[in-house]
Amino acid sequence: MSAINQSGWRPEMGSAQSEKPQTFTGNRALMLEEALIFEIGSSDTCGVDFTTAHPELDEGQGFNKLSLSGGKLSGLERRRPIGLPGLSEPETVRHYTRLSRQNYAIDLGFFPLGSCTMKHNPRLNEKVARMAGFGDVHPLQPVETVQGALSVINELAWWLITLTGMHGVAMTPKAGAHGELCGVLAIKAALEARGEKRTVFLVPESAHGTNPATAAFAGFSVENIPATPEGRVDLTALKARLGPDVAGVMITNPNTCGLFESEMTAISDAVHAAGGYVYCDGANFNAIVGKVRPGDLGVDAMHINVHKTFSTPHGGGGPGAGPVVLSEALSPYGPIPYVARMADGSMKLVEEAEAVTDHPENFGRMVAFHGQMGMFTRALAYIMSHGADGLKQVSEDAVLNANYLLRSLEDVLDAPFAGSGPCMHEALFSDDGMAEGFSTLDIAKGLIDEGYHPMTVYFPLVVHGAMLVEPTETESKAALDQFIGAFRSVAERAKAGDPSLKSAPHHAPRRRLDETLAARKPVLVWKEPDLAVAAE
Amino acid sequence: MRYLPLTQPDRQAMLGVIGANTIDDLFVDVPEEARLNGPIKGLPMHASEMAVERHFSNLARKNMAASHHPFFLGAGAYKHHVPASVDHLIQRGEFLTAYTPYQPEIAQGTLQMLFEFQTQVARLYGCDVANASMYDGSTACWEAISMAGRVTKRSKAILSSGLHPHYVSVAKTMAKYTGDTLDTALPDLGGSDTARLLAAIDRDTSAVVVQYPDILGRIEDLSAIAAKAHEHGALLVAVVTEPVALGAIKSPGEMGADIVVGEGQALGVGLQFGGPYVGLFACKEKFVRQMPGRLCGETVDVEGKRGFVLTLSTREQHIRREKATSNICTNSGLCALAFSIHMTLLGEKGLRQLAAINHANAVDAAERLSRIPGVSLVNETFFNEFTLTLPKEARPVVRALAEK
Repeated sequence: MSAINQSGWRPEMGSAQSEKPQTFTGNRALMLEEALIFEIGSSDTCGVDFTTAHPELDEGQGFNKLSLSGGKLSGLERRRPIGLPGLSEPETVRHYTRLSRQNYAIDLGFFPLGSCTMKHNPRLNEKVARMAGFGDVHPLQPVETVQGALSVINELAWWLITLTGMHGVAMTPKAGAHGELCGVLAIKAALEARGEKRTVFLVPESAHGTNPATAAFAGFSVENIPATPEGRVDLTALKARLGPDVAGVMITNPNTCGLFESEMTAISDAVHAAGGYVYCDGANFNAIVGKVRPGDLGVDAMHINVHKTFSTPHGGGGPGAGPVVLSEALSPYGPIPYVARMADGSMKLVEEAEAVTDHPENFGRMVAFHGQMGMFTRALAYIMSHGADGLKQVSEDAVLNANYLLRSLEDVLDAPFAGSGPCMHEALFSDDGMAEGFSTLDIAKGLIDEGYHPMTVYFPLVVHGAMLVEPTETESKAALDQFIGAFRSVAERAKAGDPSLKSAPHHAPRRRLDETLAARKPVLVWKEPDLAVAAE
Repeated sequence: MRYLPLTQPDRQAMLGVIGANTIDDLFVDVPEEARLNGPIKGLPMHASEMAVERHFSNLARKNMAASHHPFFLGAGAYKHHVPASVDHLIQRGEFLTAYTPYQPEIAQGTLQMLFEFQTQVARLYGCDVANASMYDGSTACWEAISMAGRVTKRSKAILSSGLHPHYVSVAKTMAKYTGDTLDTALPDLGGSDTARLLAAIDRDTSAVVVQYPDILGRIEDLSAIAAKAHEHGALLVAVVTEPVALGAIKSPGEMGADIVVGEGQALGVGLQFGGPYVGLFACKEKFVRQMPGRLCGETVDVEGKRGFVLTLSTREQHIRREKATSNICTNSGLCALAFSIHMTLLGEKGLRQLAAINHANAVDAAERLSRIPGVSLVNETFFNEFTLTLPKEARPVVRALAEK
């Protein structure tokens, strides 16, 4: 007797069908389409109930849009409709849950995005960041009431200084590029203190776009330093360009070709001898934590992307945090405010007033408050969980995983710098050898159909059709082996000129999107259909 | 180590495939004299989840949390109740652990959310377009000044004395290095700064920057400043630190502002001791190609289905490098999501109701506080924050209140 099928209903497997039928809704089982809030919401729907001591403002008591009492608004009451649709709570939860399912994420699978470091985001870090003592504290509270929050900043600062072998750290920058700006402004302030006007920053061709953009944003001009055929900074060319107009260099180490700049000490010495400063882009610090300290390589300033190295979540494009470690030469010029530990163990904040005596040469303020507290708690939880031994293991595993990928794929994909020695935490390939008309983009889209987020494509610019693959340390060998198999298969299809690859992805929520149309006729906000037509 | 899946046999097998004997063979390019042998001395070793959590619990207890007490701090960061569903939804792994949506076919969730966010911000601010967020209000403010310089090809901005002093400091830091001139003044309890602003606008002015409501909580019509600025070819930049206010009072865009920026923290994001927050940035459509930061736009896929992509990226650093409109890359995506979800839960009706409650409570509080002998109310107008003068120094009074 069957306990589970008493009806006699016999499950059938169905027959294999090659053509998928259209559905009435446009949904396909778990692949659910979702309209915009402007199409499903209404300005009279609200998913929040309020507590109020003012009965006239309670919904049940006939709240109306204009019940604003007292004449304290300068006669500027907002009377026209704003156009903000509302949804009830269940509709809201469903809307965003449905949207979320159209996203790829680390939680779903391997995300080998070079230079971006998509590693597992521990949930403990989310938990501690949300403790009321950190998540629900105002930046302008009296310091006596935020001693624990200031301790977190101070402890993280201590770890960052110790791990990098530097002299000081500026905690306030909000992301990597903002950290770059902090470092470059400190250099500018140091030069001004010396009475020098140096106007040029040297940046390698392989640099992140933020490096030249930052130097320009801070009022410098930018010149490129060429790379050697091995994919490293050309020291001879660099030395030849150094001079009294050069403020410094911005070097990424490990660099964006996935290689350690083995001549880093010589680069720093040459720049210092010429009176300049060394800025290191720390985007790739995750490869070398616990293996080498940038301070021992002559670096004067380096930002740390805590959302990369210390695994605060990327959140679909931020927020990050970009603390900047500084050398002894640059520390006096770091920004305010900052946290200082007093002799009695208590913490104080050095803001504009205190800085007059405590930190008189600071270059100023970069943000309204104290930086990314919510990221500091997460990063510190990550660092403490790993400890000195775990952080070293993290770097080693990240580098091991990348080299394993490089050596497992170099026979099927062109790896331009594979002969330059081991890579660090990322492996670089090019689209050399693909069939006519097939490129990196097709391989990337093919990988989407295989269930992967593609690697970083067309960066660094020094390699044709670059594919920068960063596995990170939080992938198992089994996950890497499956990816290697999938990548080989897609690369072989590209070499053979498989036309189905040109139209990939076939299985994603959307097929290839028309980016040219988006840029030529930008539609950046939703408009009511009749207005949208009228605008054309 | 709970976060590392490789086993010791895995590591050995992989080294074998690579053709290396030890892991240190992979670090040969690090100069030998700088290589560290063994964990860095003086640092603690790895710790269990329980131990780390306990450490943070102990530190958290030393802080006074806003929700545990009656709470009256403002000045650029605001405590409003955030519905539980907001924090639940932003913790879905598909939002939390996604990257910037550079592969749009598998990032429509983030992209559609950004498109909705941009529309909400543009409508709240009364502007044509908005971007996908900046770091916070203070950096958005500098970016607006910088953008006005590009639009007008001038470099002198006039900052209202009612602008948040930290925002002024951030602008001064940047201007010192870019060579821009900033005309600033200290906040004045006596009254409006409009006369000074109107008098200062001339043919060299790139932007007039006015906070609305201002740092002391006062509300002023921006129309006259907009008119004078436009007459002289300058832009009006309005700064809004409390977005809830715009559920009660006219948007800056309605009064002629060209660029409207501000802090979005008050909706969805939470106080977090100052960050991460979310910078809002909106402007008139004709200036869109001078905007900083990421923009999400609508398009179609090859099957004709509506979809969204990051667009106009030739303004951005990863394409334009030193000629980019800004160096910003990572922004505040997840905070933008929190803002957008909270705004969706509120809707227009809820936002107006929230604003009305805030205003009514502030009117009550102002009236009762100003009845205390020696205490007087500076503001004639305000939304939900106002300024008092006390018969003695303010700082010790704040400390004494916190101790209660």
